Formats: sequence, structure tokens, C-alpha cells
Amino acid sequence: MTANLWADGAVMLGKLNMDEFAMGSSNETSYYGPVKSPWRKAGSNMALVPGGSSGGSASAVAARICAGATATDTGGSIRQPAAFTGTVGIKPTYGRCSRWGIVAFASSLDQAGPIARDVRDAAILLKSMASVDVKDSTSVDVPVPDYEAAVGRSVKGLRIGIPKEYRLEGLNAEIDGLWQQGIDWLKDAGAEIVEISLPHTKYALPAYYIVAPAEASSNLARYDGVRYGLRVPGSDIVDMYENSRAAGFGAEVKRRILIGTYVLSAGYYDAYYLRAQKVRTLIKRDFETCFEAGVDAILTPATPSAAFGIGEKAGADPVEMYLNDVFTVTVNMAGLPGIAVPAGLSGEGLPLGLQLIGRPFDEATLFALGGAIEKAAGRFAAEKWW
Amino acid sequence: MSVDTATVRRVARLARIKVSDEEAERMTGELNSILGFVEQLDEVDVSGVEPMTSVVAIKMRLREDVVTDGNVPEKVVGNAPVCDDDFFMVPKVVE
Repeated sequence: MTANLWADGAVMLGKLNMDEFAMGSSNETSYYGPVKSPWRKAGSNMALVPGGSSGGSASAVAARICAGATATDTGGSIRQPAAFTGTVGIKPTYGRCSRWGIVAFASSLDQAGPIARDVRDAAILLKSMASVDVKDSTSVDVPVPDYEAAVGRSVKGLRIGIPKEYRLEGLNAEIDGLWQQGIDWLKDAGAEIVEISLPHTKYALPAYYIVAPAEASSNLARYDGVRYGLRVPGSDIVDMYENSRAAGFGAEVKRRILIGTYVLSAGYYDAYYLRAQKVRTLIKRDFETCFEAGVDAILTPATPSAAFGIGEKAGADPVEMYLNDVFTVTVNMAGLPGIAVPAGLSGEGLPLGLQLIGRPFDEATLFALGGAIEKAAGRFAAEKWW
Repeated sequence: MSVDTATVRRVARLARIKVSDEEAERMTGELNSILGFVEQLDEVDVSGVEPMTSVVAIKMRLREDVVTDGNVPEKVVGNAPVCDDDFFMVPKVVE
């Protein structure tokens, strides 16, 4: 994927911070320390999280330090930080971009994509990044359309599904208002709005927290202190493995490896992992049913709230942090493309985003719709204080 | 289902991660919170549903079984914390 960018003349400025092994929704699990968002609440100096895990990418783009950045998304790690920082982030269809060279987290969910200042830049970047790759057997050999040409294309007559299950109980009124605003914008642009049902939505996040840790526990087994990475000596080889992994992995990564090991262990595999993979089939079927009924794309909020303060959720239950991905994780579970587009500011002056979910390999329609939202909503830039 | 500290220790052993008593105690609470959260999957009727194996309906590509690289042992061991003569070095495993 980076080779594609270099071939198209892109210039690398440097590497960006992220949550350790891409596990986190705030960048607070980064080995290097948390990234600060360039955004601040109106009249406040409090440091805010940029979201995660690709928080460094989102922050750097939002701060106009770089033109665009690469990122990865396993449960929302491109779209949630994009929404928190007023940038555009797209997670393409599973298989659209090669993952060669990316440290594997959850192989059935991971996908790479760009974070950019606007929809057109995101389209240009994805056009360059997407391709089949002999070095990634999950990359798909289908032509890459001219995504940039889709930006500005009419959305007249497109059928946009509004999933009623995303109207969560107790949903933040600002987010709900933003969603309605998005519906009105697309209606004004000539799209047809239809209510749809994705009945298994509420099970996506719990199923994700079985499937993703299970795959992570297997993928991260390679960090054994022998072939690469940290080694901490021990009395024998097992002691060396255990010491190296205890010292080398952060708390969130250990938590997920343990959950993953537990749900795959003898006696629990059927109850947890197999059941979660069956639920996943049902989640995907929900989407397929809507697309077969003629829905071209689905509009949802990108996140349940605006960005929060660094340390604000430090004492919280891990599950509370996981809820950040409630709107994005379904897309990974079904392998679909999803784009987060800035759509407004909260009462406190922080960016809020909307998400569009498309049919497999129909990123072009997402760029057309994202462009329509951007045109109606305008652009949002953080005030420079750094 | 919930786990106790002994189960957390056993799982940590399987995962080859050393945990202190204090850590095992804390992780028991955290793991139970996550397991409590995923318990809602029990409500779903999954009878007759195939588990997902691939999210995109594609046939796995197979490449020709030929040697495409090699003769780079120094690169293979280049990131190893300890190596000797292009071998990975580990603590003694056979007496």
C-alpha cells in the first residue's frame, strides 16, 4: 500500500503515534504516551483525546501538519478519530487495500485506509492505496474506480437507509440532531430516505469483543522475545516468554489477549467464539437484506459523543471505552466500506461526524454522498494554539 | 459465566504472560466486566446459522509453489534480541 503511494509520487514525512497494537479508542494506550487533539472546547485549555487507534494520523491531518495520513480500522480506528478531529476517514471494503507490512490485530476485520482533510483528498488517497497484492491473499482483484470523479457526482435518486436500531436509548441530543440534519441535507440533494431495520445491531459490539481478542491472542503469539521485539531473561524458556510478554505488552493489550485466550480455550470455544461468529453471519445478513431491497447506502452517526478529555475515562470500566465504537464496529463485522465525514460542531465547539455505510466495493457512492454532506456542512478547522 | 482469580492465572499461563497477584486480582474484575457485557449474545437464536468464515465471498488465491526469495539469513535474524551465527538464541530447552 505504501509502495502504491510512493509510485504515485507521495512523500513520507514521518510515522505517527497510535494506540498500542491498534487497541484503543483514545490513544491513551499508546506506548509513547497519548496524542493530544488539536481541538479544544471553546474557552477551555483542557487536552482532549483525538480518538483511536489512528489518533496520531487524525491529529496530524487536523493540525494541517501533513496533507493526509494512512491509518487502519479494525472496529472504528479510522472513522472514530476522523469524527473526533473534523477530518474525513474511510475504511474501505475488507480486501480493498493490501495489509502487507501492517502488524496484524484481528485478521478477519483489519483494513487500511486514509485520513484526509476533505472528501476529495480521501478519494485521491484511496485511489492510490487500493490494489490487489500478491503478498496479501485477502486483497481482492477488482478494478479500482476513479473515486475522485465520484466526488461532486449527483446523489439524486440514491436510496439512503436510516437504521432505526442506531437510535440508541439515551442517545446524545446533539448527535441525534446532527443525524437528522444529515438526513435533511441528503434529502435536499435529491436522495430518497428510507427507514430500515438492522435487527442484530446491538449484538455487534459484544460479538466483536469475542472475535477481535480471539484473533489478537493468536496474532500476538508471535511476540515471544525470540525473533524480534523485547526480550526479558527468565529461568527457562517459558519463564523468558512470560517475562518478555508481561513487560512488553501494555495493560489493554494484555486484557484483550487474556479474553481472547479464554474464549478460545477448551470448553469455552463453542459458547463464545463459535456463537460470536454465528452472530456475525446474522449481522452481515441484516445488511445484505437492506442492500437487496434497493438501499444504496446507510447514514448513521459516526460516534456517540464528541471527543473527551485525556484521562477523563481513566477510571472507567473497559466496556465504557469500547462503547465509542458502537456505530462503527458493525461495518467491520460485515466487511463493508464506511466513511466518516465532519458534519458540524457540538455546543462546546468540537467536531461531530456522520458515517455512511456502503455496499461491498462501492466506495464510489460513499465519496459522492460524503461530498454532498461536506458541501452542505462546510469545513471545520481547529483554531491554532500550538 | 464469570471467572475467578485462579482461572485468570491459568489463562495467563496459557497466554504466556506473567501476572502478579495484584494484577490477577485486577484483571479478574476487568475480565468479568467484559464477559458480562458479551453475555447478551446468549439471547440470539443462532440455530441453523453457519459461523462466518470469510467476510467477503472470494476464493482464496493460491500462488505457484516456488521459491521467491531467500539467502538472506542476516535479514531474518536482523531484529532478533539475541542471535549467533544466523541462529536465534533461546535459553536451553534440552538437557
